[in-house]
Amino acid sequence: MSRIAACFAALAGKKALIPFITAGDPHPEQTVGLMHGLVEGGADIIELGVPFSDPMADGPVIQRASERALAHKVGLRHVLEMVAEFRKTNATTPVVLMGYLNPLCAMGYAEFAKRAAAAGVDGMLTVDCPPEEAEELAAALQQENIDPIFLLAPTTPAERVAEIARHARGYVYYVSLKGVTGAGNLDIDDVARKIAALRQHIQVPIGVGFGIRDGATARAIAVTADAVVVGSRLVQEIEAATPETARERLTSLVAELKAAIS
Amino acid sequence: MDRYDFPDARGHFGPYGGVYVAETLMTALAELNEEYARAKADPAFWEEFRYELKHYVGRPSPIYHAKRWSELLGGAQVYLKREDLNHTGAHKVNNTIGQALLARRMGKKRVIAETGAGQHGVASATVAARYGMECVVYMGAEDVKRQSPNVYRMKLLGATVVPVESGSKTLKDAMNEAMRDWVTNIDSTFYIIGTAAGPHPYPMLVRDFQTVIGEECKVQMPEMIGRQPDVVVACVGGGSNAIGMFYPYIGVDGVRMVGVEAGGNGIETGRHAAPLSVGKPGVLHGFRSYLMFDEDGQISDTHSVSAGLDYPGVGPEHSYLKDIGRAEYTAINDDEALKAFHDLCRYEGIIPALESSHALAWAAKVAPTMSKDQVILVNLSGRGDKDINTVASLSGLTL
Repeated sequence: MSRIAACFAALAGKKALIPFITAGDPHPEQTVGLMHGLVEGGADIIELGVPFSDPMADGPVIQRASERALAHKVGLRHVLEMVAEFRKTNATTPVVLMGYLNPLCAMGYAEFAKRAAAAGVDGMLTVDCPPEEAEELAAALQQENIDPIFLLAPTTPAERVAEIARHARGYVYYVSLKGVTGAGNLDIDDVARKIAALRQHIQVPIGVGFGIRDGATARAIAVTADAVVVGSRLVQEIEAATPETARERLTSLVAELKAAIS
Repeated sequence: MDRYDFPDARGHFGPYGGVYVAETLMTALAELNEEYARAKADPAFWEEFRYELKHYVGRPSPIYHAKRWSELLGGAQVYLKREDLNHTGAHKVNNTIGQALLARRMGKKRVIAETGAGQHGVASATVAARYGMECVVYMGAEDVKRQSPNVYRMKLLGATVVPVESGSKTLKDAMNEAMRDWVTNIDSTFYIIGTAAGPHPYPMLVRDFQTVIGEECKVQMPEMIGRQPDVVVACVGGGSNAIGMFYPYIGVDGVRMVGVEAGGNGIETGRHAAPLSVGKPGVLHGFRSYLMFDEDGQISDTHSVSAGLDYPGVGPEHSYLKDIGRAEYTAINDDEALKAFHDLCRYEGIIPALESSHALAWAAKVAPTMSKDQVILVNLSGRGDKDINTVASLSGLTL
């Protein structure tokens, strides 16, 4: 069983917390420590952002995280090294990379899948690669038992949900709102209705992200979702912290969110 | 050549093009594709499009024999397709009219656009005023500085211009920000992409609206010289004026097609915007094409004296035409383009856009190697009034 499947199986219906941070933010030497800090706080799965020069789907907070990481020249190969380092002392927490397609194009899909598997990566969420264009990448990932994680959106019609369901592995990521990451227009009731509809087609767990800012919204989302993804809010915490306090502050914020959904 | 029928149903030109966007945009793109298919089959749509091009834009644009300049060059005869004479001063308006008519069919009251040199922003602001739509234009902060006359033009036309401070603060960042706006306001907003790039169906529909350029040339050249030109040449940033010129000529044997990218300070310096010349296939802004990026896949900063060519990617159909060898692509440096700019001013009384000056410079370079009865047709895609501040400051002057 994959780490992601094992993770959801072990939760046995309890809700998963999936925190997101950008690899290399604020400094590449801190990332592995911050990942362990997320686990200490109660992270069930970690989404690790791969810095990209043109993060089209991200709001200003995660754009800045990418820019801070890129200032240290953090690229996909460094991100894989960080995951390998993390795996030395954590064999169970699933790690899903989240990023854009071009860094994978640059490395080559097969080469990426091989190196990611060796590093201990469990899933790949490629924001700008919908299932229509994912055939070659998904095959390369499957070869190495890495789950391709696909997005669903409020604008996705039912027949398309059914099609994406055929490709989905690990979990699906429901984008809770029309907008970029960290946006402020989350509508909890709408999300609840949409998730109920998604369940008619989707067999894997459903995670929800974009715009979840605090314990209250996390709790409300967790009523219907299987997993709650929090990104921009954590990145803001990193921004506000000093290098010395970042890990501690992340751990305590994750613990607060975890308590809210438990 | 064999039958050329691209893109395929999923928007691919061979291995290029496609729909590489976040899920939220997929349905909007599918709707646009369906609406365009309906419009394409609707004679009334094209009738209105042609009416607007004739009475509002002033088409057909003439072809002009640049005799003095040709004599000076001492070889092939250079003819200019005068897109600079269009309303708003460039070819961009052909496309914005087509897309605005689509937006109106789809009931969208708000349009957004990205712009580099400001020509597409002006053309978008123009049609928004013409059809009574709200218009927001995203423009890199760097470009806002170097293209201030166009910024003011857009404001006069009622558009809101948003300077984009992220990344390299140029065209690619403006496109990122326009995509972010679109994903947020997807129900109300139509995104008018300015070049033959972006996710399917944009490369196809921008091409279709711009092919009026090449279609006119195919009729006008035989009227003027009794045959088609030996070479057609156009500058290539995203590549909309070039594909508009090339597309009708793809199946015409014996017409060489040359696309000219921005060589900036020289390809060897790395400071350029020439993905077809030295890039590799990659994915940005919703499509797969030749692209400039580093070993980590980060998109490279580009440089060109011309803001409109300052883009690290290129429309997917050009990548395909390069691979199959139907069109050839080369680069012209800033200083060569500037020389052509000044020469056209002085010998023909035409101030060309710095973008178009790249195509002119290629003609200047190659014409002397050709015989006097051969013909080069240059797409003079825009006028250069917008560039006078840039050119003046490069000459050490302040206006």
